Amino acid sequence: MEYTLKETPALETQTLEVSLGPQHPSTHGVFRMDVVLDGETIVKLKPVMGYLHRNHEKLAENMTSYLASMPYTDRLDYICSMTNNFAYALAVEKLANLEVPERAQYIRIIMAELTRLVNHTLLIGFLLNDLGAFFTPILYAFREREKILDLFEDVAGSRMMCNYFRFGGLKVDVTSDFIPRVRQIINKYPKFLDEFEKLLSENEILMARCQNVGVLPKELAISAGVTGPMLRASGVPYDIRKVDGYSIYNRFKFRVPIGEKGDVYDRYYMRLLEMRESIKILDQAIREIPDGEYISKIGAAGARSPRTFKPPKGDAYGRIEAPKGELGFYLVSDGTTKPYRYHVRSSSFINLTILEDMCLGHKIADAIVILGSIDIVLGEVDR
Amino acid sequence: MKTPTEIKQDIETKFPGIQITLEGASLIVPKERWSEIAKFLKNASEYSFDFLSSVTGVDYKEYLEVVYHLYSMEKKEGPLTIKVRTDCEKSLVPSVTPIWRSAEFQEREAYDLVGIHFMGHPDLRRILMWEGFQHHPLRKDYVQDDQDRSVEQF
Repeated sequence: MEYTLKETPALETQTLEVSLGPQHPSTHGVFRMDVVLDGETIVKLKPVMGYLHRNHEKLAENMTSYLASMPYTDRLDYICSMTNNFAYALAVEKLANLEVPERAQYIRIIMAELTRLVNHTLLIGFLLNDLGAFFTPILYAFREREKILDLFEDVAGSRMMCNYFRFGGLKVDVTSDFIPRVRQIINKYPKFLDEFEKLLSENEILMARCQNVGVLPKELAISAGVTGPMLRASGVPYDIRKVDGYSIYNRFKFRVPIGEKGDVYDRYYMRLLEMRESIKILDQAIREIPDGEYISKIGAAGARSPRTFKPPKGDAYGRIEAPKGELGFYLVSDGTTKPYRYHVRSSSFINLTILEDMCLGHKIADAIVILGSIDIVLGEVDR
Repeated sequence: MKTPTEIKQDIETKFPGIQITLEGASLIVPKERWSEIAKFLKNASEYSFDFLSSVTGVDYKEYLEVVYHLYSMEKKEGPLTIKVRTDCEKSLVPSVTPIWRSAEFQEREAYDLVGIHFMGHPDLRRILMWEGFQHHPLRKDYVQDDQDRSVEQF
């Protein structure tokens, strides 16, 4: 028998639904994207999260004291534990009206800016990993991060889960060789950044893959509550360090870099520029740091016996410019030793709101890069 | 920035018949009129609260409260804290997602964990807990599996 095709049928196509993740290396953790594809083009994208959910807020509300949640905040954004501590300490200090001694303020800012260096360096490494530049940039990044983590270990006793801040000050004073070592880091860091930039910034593949990809318009960025380097890459000069001037940030001279287009390349470049500004802040801070107490008297008493620490009734919202964006803590006190309500406003979580808007019309491979450029950490997204 | 008292007066003259209570530095707004007030706060040139930083729910046992923190990126001012109260049973509050996109995920989270229903939200599903989960874990009457154990036990 002979089979012949009488007429060629018209090519029928249909969309394809792909579940990207949760066990996908490019999602930086357990995060899933439900994507509808037309060929390779994304027509719909829904983020699915909660795989790492442990109800951080309920845990904190069930703790015996306010201080007991401090180590838990380390685990929110586990790359930047120092800034998480900072935001929580700031919110509680607002709630309880605590003063922070001068020296502690300076050390806090040094720690926060070192954390920013760690985070941005790592982000660039991981972003390049997502782009396919396997492990060369990330190993450069890890090499530099190691030096800062060694410093954290000497001061706080832990490399990543620092648990270093206390209400009204810090856990311990810095070691005697701390300042010279920070100076060493900030002397060498600009050279590393130059090297990084020479390697990457004008790389043709990086430019081709990143420019005009995942453009985030200014208006959408503001309305969607996007914060941090993402927002500034879209051209909005909004930095909480400048706007609120919390802690003692208003004493330092630094600039707020902004982007032009708001594409992935701008977001990548924003991080490099911000690191250079962080080095400026660090330089000023280690010049001006005074001697004195590292924790106030009331703070020290509270740290010794956390279950006697009772902030007055009321609520407070403390926020800082964490490396990933605005990190805020909303606390409600009912006058007891534990918070009645404890809410974390995490930037990773809210910056994901516009993931679909940025990805629509792009190829599936671009979605990976766009997600990488948002800079999420799943510990903070899922809480 | 104007003080909360001045903002309260402004809203009351703009929308006659509205009762706003001042509690500390935050304004308690009736939920029926919250959408209109939100639009006013965002668009009025003397405020332009274009950035909704945080949305969350609190369970006070007698009632539920939604807390909004508003900032203005244009004027670099803020925060203005708005509280909207609702009962525990029906717990309906108008959604502000059409006004500020940043409320989209945060309202889903408040629905998921505290059990506040946002009317007019485009996609009100659970976001952190799994589909089919029954209770809302941040409610104070939520019973945990390990609730009968005390801290001293360990």
